Amino acid sequence: MYWDKEKECMDREELRQLQLERLQSTIHRVYMNVPFYRKRFDALGIDPDDFGSLEDIRKLPFTTKDDLRDNYPYGLFAVPLREVVRIHASSGTTGMSTVVGYTRNDLKTWSDLVARILVAGGITKDDVIQIAFNYGLFTGAFGLHYGAERVGASVIPISSGNTKRQVKIMQDFKTTALVCTPSYALLIADTIAEMGINPNSLSLKYGLFGAEPWSEAMRKEIQDKLKIIATDNYGLSEIMGPGVAGECLEQRGLHINEDHFLVEVMNPETLEPVPQGETGELVITTLTKEAFPMIRFRTRDLTRLIPGECSCGRTFVRMERVKGRTDDMLIVKGVNVFPSQIESVLFEIEGTEPHYQIVIERRGAIDEMTVLVEVSEEIFFDEMKKQNELINLIKQRLFSELGINVDVKLVEKKTLERFEGKAKRVIDKRRY
Amino acid sequence: MLILKNLDVYYGKLHTLKKVSLHVNKGEIVVLIGSNGAGKTTLLSTISGLIKPSSGSIIYDGREIAGEDPARIVRMGISQVPEGRLVFRPMTVEENLLLGSYHRYSLRNRSAVREDMERVYSVFPVLKQRKKQLAGTLSGGEQQMLAIGRALMARPRVLLLDEPSMGLAPNIIREIFRYIVDLQREYGLTVLLVEQNARSALRISGRGYVIETGRIVLEGTSEELLSNRDVQRAYLGRDLDSEVII
Repeated sequence: MYWDKEKECMDREELRQLQLERLQSTIHRVYMNVPFYRKRFDALGIDPDDFGSLEDIRKLPFTTKDDLRDNYPYGLFAVPLREVVRIHASSGTTGMSTVVGYTRNDLKTWSDLVARILVAGGITKDDVIQIAFNYGLFTGAFGLHYGAERVGASVIPISSGNTKRQVKIMQDFKTTALVCTPSYALLIADTIAEMGINPNSLSLKYGLFGAEPWSEAMRKEIQDKLKIIATDNYGLSEIMGPGVAGECLEQRGLHINEDHFLVEVMNPETLEPVPQGETGELVITTLTKEAFPMIRFRTRDLTRLIPGECSCGRTFVRMERVKGRTDDMLIVKGVNVFPSQIESVLFEIEGTEPHYQIVIERRGAIDEMTVLVEVSEEIFFDEMKKQNELINLIKQRLFSELGINVDVKLVEKKTLERFEGKAKRVIDKRRY
Repeated sequence: MLILKNLDVYYGKLHTLKKVSLHVNKGEIVVLIGSNGAGKTTLLSTISGLIKPSSGSIIYDGREIAGEDPARIVRMGISQVPEGRLVFRPMTVEENLLLGSYHRYSLRNRSAVREDMERVYSVFPVLKQRKKQLAGTLSGGEQQMLAIGRALMARPRVLLLDEPSMGLAPNIIREIFRYIVDLQREYGLTVLLVEQNARSALRISGRGYVIETGRIVLEGTSEELLSNRDVQRAYLGRDLDSEVII
């Protein structure tokens, strides 16, 4: 199933032509309409008439989150405010929020791109979609909301929180699709279990999750517990919000809406393009945005482009699920560690619950990392010997994944904090 | 069907087209809007070979045609209807049409040319009524039909239309535009349309480009362009600031 087959399955050569046309006009427009870009191009001697290929984009400087903050709130808008019909702000995962705007055309494009992702994830107009993202400045809820309406599905704008009520509504309204963060999906799954509800008695079929990195193991867990097909989708407010990329039912990577976004993968340190198919930082240029065009925005999200075609028939390139953010990366004892690596290890071990916390402290000059992990009641109240066996197993697995020794503590079920939105699992107590 | 990539054109030292890239798919009506001197006519004339680009490529049906001889380009199936119609006023309607097939006129082809002429007459019945009349005595709208008919005599697959509405009364403009849609729907023609009358042009086209001082600054579906405020302000003649928003 496709939302816009003509585009989603378009010939790669035609796609490149379309991207070039749109890139050229975008560069002219930002140069004419956004003083920030004009000044920058002029200072670097960049001639907007001098872009003859997609690769020429490398002549342009990157735009970073700091640039957005320096131009807070409206400095990077390419149209006057009276043409802006919607304003969102970044969810502020890190630092101060940044402001983005949409024209009427932008909103229409946005709905269409989200519609593509929903349809790719199995949604049709017959579905009842429960949107359990927080409605507000954050783009997640509204983006999915309008996309789902565009598809013609029945939208339940429940927002996040009040998990028991979520479950009740899911039962009563016969929700067929759940949209939220993966960590909230897990919390909902656990709540369903606690309430003694058989997940098979629900009407749920699909889950579209995003807004935070998650692992393949976590997908399995969610799929098993909720009895659904779970797909990943990707977006960020600086670029548009959800709708930048999404998985099809093959579940092997997220198709990027390349007719609207030009992507590059860079080495975050050298800022050079990585060899094809290797992991690096995703950099995105918008090709059709009117109110808030972005040139080479450094997303700080780490991923790789998957070479080869997808059997779903879409020709848009796929990105691997986001591995983490460059700023999520922890440097512990000089080694780069991503929370997602730890998550994958924990999910594979029998007896652990999918809830954990990472605490980093500095003793003297040495970093100490402790992983707190919830375990099932049987294990928690089991004899010391079994507990120690489990701890040692986790330690060994973590060592082989990360290459450093990590302390592990088992905690009782439901002692760690639960999250209704984006999970915050790392507590870094080090002072520099 | 027609793909332009990084087309650069100079008039002497004047850089009139700057890395223009655009494409027209088979069976599409694509409109190019822009103000006077933006480079619209230059673009069409470069496609038909009347102007040689200094660099860039024009791919038609998979073949590079940039810099090709205009007569050959006509033979390959691209016909331009020039701005201001440029019919031969002292000649009859029929003679004007025959000139459209001049490149293939011979005794052997006579019956084929005859057929083509009948086809043009069936599209524009008024031309048949006036076939013995001198072109100079036709009304503006009829002259425009004659100019399009003349281009059709070359059996084009792509029609390049330069300001077909220029100097015509609104009801005649509507009629001409209806004919353009018919040509696309019924004869499968692919049309690249240059227009200052942006609103009507966007209504009949599927996609469009906005050209300003030799650069493409916007691309999108016609619907998107119609609701783009820059397009509205510059080409659709709406004074947005004085409009009351309810």
